[in-house]
Amino acid sequence: MQPKTILALALCSIGVAGCATRTSDSEVEGAVAEVIKVSFKTRGQATVDRLNQDDAQALCSKYHDRPPREIAGKIEQSQTATIRYPSSGKLMGDWREGERIAQSGVGWQFTDAPTRPAGGSCYNCHQISKQELSFGTIGPSLYQFGKLRGSGEAIQKYAFGKIYNAEAFSACSNMPRFGHNGVLTEEQITHLVALLLDPDSPVNK
Amino acid sequence: MRIHRLLAGMLAVTLPCFSLAQQDTLKEIERYRQLLQESNPAELYEARGAEHWKRERGPKNSSLERCDLGLGPGVVKGAYVRLPRYFADTDRVQDLESRLVTCMVTLQGFTPEEARRSPFSGTGTPMITTEPFSGVSRPSVMTDLVAWIASESRGMKIEPPMSHPKERLAYQAGERLFYYRAGPYDFGCVTCHGEEGKRIRLQNLPKMTNAKDAQRAFGTWPGYRVSEGEVRSMQWRMWECIRQMRFPELEFASDASIALITYLAKKAEGGTLDAPSIKR
Repeated sequence: MQPKTILALALCSIGVAGCATRTSDSEVEGAVAEVIKVSFKTRGQATVDRLNQDDAQALCSKYHDRPPREIAGKIEQSQTATIRYPSSGKLMGDWREGERIAQSGVGWQFTDAPTRPAGGSCYNCHQISKQELSFGTIGPSLYQFGKLRGSGEAIQKYAFGKIYNAEAFSACSNMPRFGHNGVLTEEQITHLVALLLDPDSPVNK
Repeated sequence: MRIHRLLAGMLAVTLPCFSLAQQDTLKEIERYRQLLQESNPAELYEARGAEHWKRERGPKNSSLERCDLGLGPGVVKGAYVRLPRYFADTDRVQDLESRLVTCMVTLQGFTPEEARRSPFSGTGTPMITTEPFSGVSRPSVMTDLVAWIASESRGMKIEPPMSHPKERLAYQAGERLFYYRAGPYDFGCVTCHGEEGKRIRLQNLPKMTNAKDAQRAFGTWPGYRVSEGEVRSMQWRMWECIRQMRFPELEFASDASIALITYLAKKAEGGTLDAPSIKR
């Protein structure tokens, strides 16, 4: 055997050993798809088709929520196009209703009644009014949100859009796309806008 | 157990009175946990679990004493901290609970459906009706076994094996699942467990890619949850997170549950098992 052939064979066997110890990405992907298919079952309103990802979900999963800038820009662009502002033009509802929605964490679990309107789970992740001490910290504090920013049309539009589809402003945000995904109604979102911006809301006291 | 629930209730009521600052609240909860740890109701589950291991059950009227949890037939000591792992007889990676299903089927003659029927104690899941237990708590043989088997690894280092290709594949699949975002809330495990020092309401969240957090989180399951008055297992923890993520139901002992547990076990590697623990 020529030395070159021996070298080639040696390299080849290293390559094969490498393949045997490391599973390729596509193999893992195939395995995950199969694992998902056999491991979940529809229960109540939580049907198995909820596991099908849209483009934004798939990209965020792929990049572990830190997509390259170019892809982040594309996600934000496509998500911005989904936002539907109220045709009435009225973006501010009732902050008292908003507070109730912000407190409630029910909705969309297989243990929840599908007929009951979902809450916004806002306090799970955000400080909002000063009175509520039991708040989460996954999202930023929203206390004094309106006091710092005013309550003009531009900020109303921003707040509505952010709640409607947070990924329009920040790709792969942890925050659910409440309006886009149909979790909250347009009217519910206007109440949350009021909770954040109304000068009478406890948020701005 | 009733006393513990009462204490929990009292604490919940009095907390706002004596703690204006949140840090104090958290400190008090931690102190309360330490107090409870000294007489953990999980010990009742452990004692029952040790009995179940020896008890002849099922169509074959046989015990689980020859069950191989990875360290050889009948070896329980240290088994839990070396799971999940690959088992040649099933050609699968299995965690403790899926392995117990296998043993209930092969040794005791239950059907897989029977062995999986009552994975969690208490409310929420139907129990094996043939079991001679009654009362409010409705114990699960599976949960009792898990409590006892974990207790036999208390104080040991978490060392999940990663030498078999299927173990590594399970880890990689678990990692993908950890970052998998889906459903009406766009949630994935990473949404709550991807950053350090975060909370949902007042509940602290471990960052699972941080070794210290993962070790503490993984190392304290199974645990007695005061809020439910029940011992809960790692399979239950996965099932419950997935429910709150608005996903469809995660099947007990399913491949996805095992892949996630394999991923978390590896992240917690080197930590010490402090379970069954006591939790809020």
